Formats: sequence, C-alpha cells, structure tokens
Amino acid sequence: MSGFGITRATLAKDLRLEWRSKDAINSMLFFALLVVVIFSFSFDPTAEESRRIAGGLVWVAFLFAAVVALNQTWARELRNQVLDAYRVSPAPANALFLAKALGNFIFVSVLEALMTPLFIVFYNLRALGPAYQLLVVAVLGTWALVVNGTFFAAMSVRTRSREIMLPLLLFPITIPALLAMVEATSAILTGEFSARFWIVLLAAYDVVFTMASLFLFELVLHAE
Amino acid sequence: MAVPPLASDNADRVAANVIVAVTNLVKQFGRFAALRGVSAEFVSGRLYAILGDNGAGKTTFLRSLAGLAAPTRGNISMLGTSDLRAVCSQLGYMAHPSLLYDEMSGLENLRYFARLYGITDDARCAEMIRAVKLDPVLERPVGQYSQGMRQRMSLARALLNDPKILLLDEPFSNVDMRSAHEMAGLLKKIRDEGKTIFVVTHQAALLDGVADEFVWMEAGQIVKRTPTLEGR
Amino acid sequence: MKRAFPILAILTALLLSYGLYGALIVAPTERTMGEVQRIFYYHVPSAWTAFTLFFLNLAASVVYLIRRNPRADAIAFAAAEVGVVFCTVVLVTGPIWARPVWGIWWTWDLRLTLTLVLWLIYVSYLVLRRFSSSGQTPVMAAVLAVFGALDVPLVYFSIWFFRTQHPQPVVGGGGSIDPRMLHVLLINWAAFSCFAALVCWSRYRLEVLRREVEETQALESLLEAGNQR
Repeated sequence: MSGFGITRATLAKDLRLEWRSKDAINSMLFFALLVVVIFSFSFDPTAEESRRIAGGLVWVAFLFAAVVALNQTWARELRNQVLDAYRVSPAPANALFLAKALGNFIFVSVLEALMTPLFIVFYNLRALGPAYQLLVVAVLGTWALVVNGTFFAAMSVRTRSREIMLPLLLFPITIPALLAMVEATSAILTGEFSARFWIVLLAAYDVVFTMASLFLFELVLHAE
Repeated sequence: MAVPPLASDNADRVAANVIVAVTNLVKQFGRFAALRGVSAEFVSGRLYAILGDNGAGKTTFLRSLAGLAAPTRGNISMLGTSDLRAVCSQLGYMAHPSLLYDEMSGLENLRYFARLYGITDDARCAEMIRAVKLDPVLERPVGQYSQGMRQRMSLARALLNDPKILLLDEPFSNVDMRSAHEMAGLLKKIRDEGKTIFVVTHQAALLDGVADEFVWMEAGQIVKRTPTLEGR
Repeated sequence: MKRAFPILAILTALLLSYGLYGALIVAPTERTMGEVQRIFYYHVPSAWTAFTLFFLNLAASVVYLIRRNPRADAIAFAAAEVGVVFCTVVLVTGPIWARPVWGIWWTWDLRLTLTLVLWLIYVSYLVLRRFSSSGQTPVMAAVLAVFGALDVPLVYFSIWFFRTQHPQPVVGGGGSIDPRMLHVLLINWAAFSCFAALVCWSRYRLEVLRREVEETQALESLLEAGNQR
C-alpha cells in the first residue's frame, strides 16, 4: 500500500466522479467565460497599455475562477460523511491531499486554457519577450494557487461561512506568488525586463508550500 | 464510575481477553460535555449493543473508539495500545450516513475503499458484497439504492479489511425489516467467527438473542450493563 | 507572579508618560520633515512590538503543535490579538506621516507593505479562530500561523525585487539617526513592549479563565442531567 497508489486511485476516482456529474464542470466553464468578458468591458485599453496590465488582469481572473472551483473540492467528501471513511482507514493523509491538489490543478488548468485564448483575442495580446516562459509561469503559478487553495479549502470546509473562509485565508498568503505571477507575465509580454527572478521566486514558493502542505495536512484531516 | 464486565462461565477467558479499555473518558464540545468520565472494559469476541436516549453520548462514544473524536481527557486503549492510528487497519466503522459515493456503483465504491487498506484484490470486494446479500454486478449508482441496500453496502465496506473490531452506529435506522434482520444475522455470524462488535442502536429488539451484552448509556456515562434486554 | 502585574502596570505608565514627554518635548525637531516626524516615535516601536508579538504567536503555535498544551494555544491567541492592534497602529500612522511629508498616502515601501501583509494574515487568523468549531480551532489556527511564517520571507523578497523594478519612495527614511532621537525611540520601544506584555498577559489570563468556566459549565450541565434521573 504505497501513498502513490492511493493518490492515483483517489485522483482517478475524483476525475471519474467529476466526469459523471458534468453540471459542475459546465457551470465552471461558463463562469470563467463570464469573468473574461466582464474584465474586458471594464478594462478596455489600447494594445500598448494592455500589454502592461494584462499580466495582472489575467491572473486576477484566474484567481477568482480558481476560488470558485476550489470551494467545490471537498464538498463531495462531506456528503454522506465519506471523509470519515478515509479518516478511519490507515491511508496517509497527504496521499489524499496530493490527489485533491492534482485534481484541482487539472481542473483549474482547463479553466485557464479556456480563458487564455479569449484574453488574447479581447486584448490583442502578443508576447514581445520569450513566449515559452509563459508556459512555465502558468504551470508554477497555477500550482501555487492550487496547493494552498486545496489546503485552505480543507480547513475552511468545516467552518461556518465556508465559502467566504477560503478566499479570506488564501489571498493574504498568496500575495507574494500573485505578485510574482503578474510581474513575470508582464515581463514576458512587454519584453522590457527579465522574468527570471520571478520564476525562481514562484518555484521557491511552490516548493515551500507543497512541502508544508504535505507535512501538515495530517493535522488538518484528523482535527475534529 | 466503572461498571465491571459480566462474569461469564469461563472467568479466565474474561480476564485474559480485554480488547477495548476506556478510562475516565471525557469529551467536551464547547460548553457541552457529551461524555463525562466513561470507564469500562470490553472483552473480545462479543457483540455489545449500546443503547440509550438521544444525547446520551452513544455516537460520541463510538466515534471516540473509531479515532474520529479525540478525547478531551481520559484514555482509550484498543488492542493493547492507546495509539488508535496504529491499529486503525483492524477497525471497521459504519454510521448512519452511508460513507459511500452516490455517483458510483457498489463495486466501484468498494474497490476504491479497499485501496485505502492496501487491498487490490477485486474478488474480495465482490465477496463482501455477496456476503451482505447484494449483487456485485449491479451497475446502479449507490445514490439510487434503497436505504436498506445502502446500509448493507456500507456494512460491506466496513468489512473489507476483515477488521477485528467492528463499530456500527445506527445500522438499522430507516431500514426495511428484511434488510435489518439479514444484517443482524450477518452480525451474529461475524461475532461467531471471533470478531468484536459494538452496535449503537435505537432498535434493541433486533439484537435480542444476538447481542452478548446490552450497555445502557445516559447523560454521558454508562449506567448499566445487562446480559439480556429484559434485564433493565 | 500575581504581584508582578501591578508593578508592571506602574512601570508601563511611567515609561509611556516619559516616552510621550520625550517624543513631544525632548526630541529635537527633524530638519526636513518638521514636527510631523514625531509620529516616528509611535510608528516604529509599534512595528517592532507587533513583529515581536507575531513571533511569539509563531513560537506558541509550534509549541502547541508539538505538545498540545492548551496554555500555549491561549498565549498564541492573546499574542495574535494584541499584535493585530499594534499592527493597525503602524498602518494608520504610516499614511498619516507620509501624506504631509511626501504628498502621497501610500507607497509600496518594504516595511509598510510587509506590515500590511502580516496584518492581513493575522486578521485571517483571527477570523479562522472565530469561525471554526471549538474542537478544531487550536490546531487549525496553529497550522495557519506556521503557513504565515513561511510566507514572510517570500513576501519580503518579492516586495524587495518589485521595488527595484518599480522604484518608490521610502517611508521612515534611512540613514543615520541623531542620538537624542535614538534615545527617545528606545524609551518608547521599552514602553510599548511593557504595554504589550501587560495587555497580552491580561488577555491570556482572561482566555484561561474563560476555558475553565466553559469546562465547569459543561461538566455541571451533565451533572444536573444525571441528578434528574
């Protein structure tokens, strides 16, 4: 019984369940689309200006879409008290966490993949710097949002006002990562400066918080 | 207030096989103490029915044994250790909610939960489903089962890892009589195989003749232990 | 221990008064900024005190996670609450100082921004403590404190680099400091530290008492129920 085996089984189970109840996915996708449109109406700059602010807009939009998705993550485990079945078993807590985080990563990436082309279209975006770095930033940045998002979603799901609790806990801690994502994206789009420092910072953030989450999730899962 | 276990014909057996020992267990939720100093010993190979009114602390007691509710004070010792996480692979737990995923079939559910115990053998899952008199091939999602079927499937899940101690919280609640009697019969069989079973229930009559001992709880304490239902 | 409290209270009162006198009268007027600069004697010690309290919260949280000592949790709670208050003072005095001197309310100054993020993290800490159910609260809050602490160096570096890319004014000024000003600053820091210790201690004792009352009530309510049999 390896932790990885359980992570794989849990991830497969979650993907299968998500696929079977397609309503959640569909409404998420539509929400993501709406966010892009609203942002485009609110911030309607020229092509030059848009390159400067697009980094910020895109990631804030991703952040809001992610929060709505993350809130759903643990809801399924609370129905029928299924989480108790996991807690009672000898399966390690961080195997469950990793599975949930990976599932969320896939889910949020799908949302981003939908929103990005729309942003490119509405803002006439074109990268003046090394475009391949955008992919690196996207992966590292999404993981940064998802790893802490999954952890805090687990914490907030058993509190009162759970929907608002997640962003309340997540946003302050995410600030350095958000800054890094936005600056890196702006750097690549404008080509004016190097995104290297920000990419390294994002990577450091990811490593620190992935380890912290894996290490401490046991405490959160087995708290009352 | 410690209530000693029953004397049986074979006093030596009683003394040697204490499988669960609870000492001064207190469980507090804010201003409310659900368990107020429970002390008791339970012997292996018996079926204990835990009875009492709502709010007596039965569910909290069972959840404490399962390791789901950490004691505020006091000690629980199971299978010789206070570290409940260490022996959790030898426990089976079932509650009134089904602890199953509504969107998956019975077999899919059991396959997943078996993985959590390191069991990759599909045959075992099918065997457990058959043991509770359900059809392993049934593709219907568990959410569409009747309550009786759901509880039986939940029992199958609890039995997957062949637990030494079975903890059941209201297994017969809202269940049709046929399913309830079948479950009671199955529990008798499991007990006869040497497992220890704790059943919290409001329907004591179902376990009359099946349970070895009836444990009565009131206001967060065990007040009486009787060998038969009429012993009240 | 109990006798120390009134002694500390008197000491605090003395230090605070002396500090006020020092800040308003004794300390020389700053050359470029004028009288407004005197807010410095409240802005900086508040920041140091707040950071010390947050560090205390972190230490108490870690102790709680390792030993599950409820007193450690009570200390963590008290330190967080008082820390947030001092942090608020920093965030309010900062803009009040910045506006007349530099003409802007806010700047992404390193210290100020770090203080803002810490304030946000600890307010979310207090909200979590308020909204989670009592059994889970100590563990969850302690875990959040650890996450917050891990975040701090990352915040520092991210803002530091951000400022090299987008230069901004520095609130509080760098450079050397007149020894008379330093003297008043240190007096005020001592005063604020004593004040913080005083309030924290009271808060801690209040929390411990509250828990004792709760426990007694819980057991008593069951005793009543038992007697009604």
